[in-house]
Amino acid sequence: MSTSTVDVNPHDHGGHGDHPSDPHFQHHFTTLEQQFDTTKIGMWIFLATEVLLFGGLFVGFGMMQARYPEMFKEAHEHLQRPLGALNTVVLLFSSWTMVMGVLSARTNQKKKTVVFLIVTILCACIFLGVKYFEYSHKFEEGLLPGHYYHHIGDRIPVVNGANGYATFFSFYFMMTGLHGIHILVGIGLLAWIAFRANKGEFNSDYYTPVDLVGLYWHLVDLIWIYLFPLYYLIS
Amino acid sequence: MAQALTHTAPQIGDRPRPAKNYLNETTGIWSWMTTVDHKRIGIMYLVAVSSAFFLGGILALLVRLTLLTPSHKLFGKVLIDADTYNRVFTLHGAIMVFLFIIPSIPGSLANFVLPLMLGAKDVAFPRLNLASFYLWCLGAVTAVASMVFGAVDTGWTFYTPYSTTTQNAVGLMTMAVFILGFSSIFTGLNFIATVHKLRAPGMGFFDMPLFVWGTYATAIIQVLATPVLGITMVLLALERIFNIGIFDPKIGGDPVLFQHFFWFYSHPAVYIMILPGMAIISEIIPTFSRKTIFGYRAIAYSSVALALLGFLVWGHHMFVAGQSQLATVIFSALTFLVAIPSGVKLFNWLATMYKGNISLETPMLYAISFLLLFAIGGLTGIFLGALSTDVHLTDTYFVVAHFHYVMMGGTVIAFIGGVHYWWPKMTGRMYSEKWGRIGCALVFVGFNMTFLTQFFLGSRGMPRRYYNYLDQYQPLHAFSTFGSWVLGLGLFITAAYLLASLRKPADAPDNPWGGTTMEWETVSPPITHNFEGQPVLEHEPYDYRPRVKKHA
Repeated sequence: MSTSTVDVNPHDHGGHGDHPSDPHFQHHFTTLEQQFDTTKIGMWIFLATEVLLFGGLFVGFGMMQARYPEMFKEAHEHLQRPLGALNTVVLLFSSWTMVMGVLSARTNQKKKTVVFLIVTILCACIFLGVKYFEYSHKFEEGLLPGHYYHHIGDRIPVVNGANGYATFFSFYFMMTGLHGIHILVGIGLLAWIAFRANKGEFNSDYYTPVDLVGLYWHLVDLIWIYLFPLYYLIS
Repeated sequence: MAQALTHTAPQIGDRPRPAKNYLNETTGIWSWMTTVDHKRIGIMYLVAVSSAFFLGGILALLVRLTLLTPSHKLFGKVLIDADTYNRVFTLHGAIMVFLFIIPSIPGSLANFVLPLMLGAKDVAFPRLNLASFYLWCLGAVTAVASMVFGAVDTGWTFYTPYSTTTQNAVGLMTMAVFILGFSSIFTGLNFIATVHKLRAPGMGFFDMPLFVWGTYATAIIQVLATPVLGITMVLLALERIFNIGIFDPKIGGDPVLFQHFFWFYSHPAVYIMILPGMAIISEIIPTFSRKTIFGYRAIAYSSVALALLGFLVWGHHMFVAGQSQLATVIFSALTFLVAIPSGVKLFNWLATMYKGNISLETPMLYAISFLLLFAIGGLTGIFLGALSTDVHLTDTYFVVAHFHYVMMGGTVIAFIGGVHYWWPKMTGRMYSEKWGRIGCALVFVGFNMTFLTQFFLGSRGMPRRYYNYLDQYQPLHAFSTFGSWVLGLGLFITAAYLLASLRKPADAPDNPWGGTTMEWETVSPPITHNFEGQPVLEHEPYDYRPRVKKHA
């Protein structure tokens, strides 16, 4: 593999390309466009790892549901379906505001960008608020994970310590909890880019962070789209 | 073309060594701790994983020393009791797998070489690269902390239900594994993005050096398999804390499900370990045979094939664990398929050497050792993939010998070969060739003494991980222990002359071996920006036709 070197500019280590003045441009890329594409690939790969992280829990849930189908069905009746449905709608709406936020950023509409991002944050907060009510209801009823489970009035008797109800709520709290942590991280990220958008840092040439946080936010929504039927709509 | 060649094939003395390189451009500890230069991070990884290898190696020597006699007595005293022995082999396994082999080649050599091979200035995400190194450090500290706070004696596989019920520090160790997993994910993510977007102008996917192909295939597994290990460790920890009832049969869980989860990562992880080793061999063999690699595309595709097949064979770790008969037969059949891409590689390397102009310098000696040891490791894998023999050999020393032949005889030998191959590039210094050959010979002989013996032990029924054994096994155990001393001596000598070479002034030429890949086009050690100007690819890889001579 013989090579030759092309000195684009001998005083500049390797020619910094088209956007040497952009403050966001990193020296090891040739163009700003290449930098954007690269970070986007990185984000997609990261999202793939997120899918697999949740995937393990989905498989675990499936295995346990196959073990205790009746107990899981009865346990899911303790979940408040209308609240779950409300949260689904809220997150779907927030996905739309996120899309509009990205669109506004790349069309140089600073004010609209900030507004859409703030609405997205509000949706995320509503989601967490609803989740708070749901969780407190479970806490009051003793519908807790593992050996903390102490709900009274279950119809199927527990034999040999195999408590499918406790396992159901273990998975419920693990998966919605992990999803909730992702919502919290999302709020932090959205606040950060809303702040930067407000300072006017984004324009049609550079809106990478908005785009990447958007991708992340859609994945968080998507995971909820799967969690909702998995837990609330067992038949 | 001729002009390009004279311009780009500098021999020793052709090019003045620049006063500033990546090692001395900035100085002080802080400049290293905050560096985002892939070369410096590679060096830090090299130091870090070598330390882990040293620690794991000491533990291995202790394991072998304990097994020297059936009474475990040395000079009339029992050195290590049964409980300590369990902890020592667990830590040996956990440290070697999670702290050493998995990050070894990707973290150190690939980090250093991959951007150079692509003609890039750095990896795609330099800060993430540094973060990945610090995650490794955090994971290492957590793992070592588990030694202090009660130790772990579950074996490195953390099988349930023992791991969910025992009182010792399994929690800390699983946390360490979780953290180390993310370090590995970030490295893989970085490499995939780098390979896709930062190749030099003119370099297509099939113009990349095969080391890059191997690292790329590894990165795919790191990214896709490791998250599952992470979540498995979380489930294990939560089972311990909350008794969620997933793995512990006493509360309605399924211990075999843990094994499925664990091996869904840990089998692909075997390819995270071996693929970078194969990748190094694919560089060393053409360079020291002065010949174009035979079957470039076949080797490239076989790396990807191994990465994908690796995801489909995890069940072969559970042939006797209560898996259904149908699943067992399917997993066995899929396991045999792994032999195809492995064989493709082995035969292509041999065909590359055939009628080549072979020079037996230290990296090549390691590469040839790899071919021999990996062939043994691979072929004994077929014994274990075949159901009827595996039932007898499961959990015996045969398995121990088999995976040490693949992991140590394969990956570690390739790693050491790679360190020798790129040492002049990384440090700017040549090591003592004479001591290099002596070290390699000792490592090869010591390794075979230690582990070939264990095939016999295993086939005669010696179970793995047992502290006590029957008197009849003593001669073989003793021979294996003597071998571990020879192996240890060889590795010690290797470390000594490599470190000694750092004391002398920089003397390495830019291209000491006459390599054709891009990292040899820059100076040794490279400047911080890697190349003066943007290198452009003009030839297919491993093209030895235009310039077969190397420096005298």
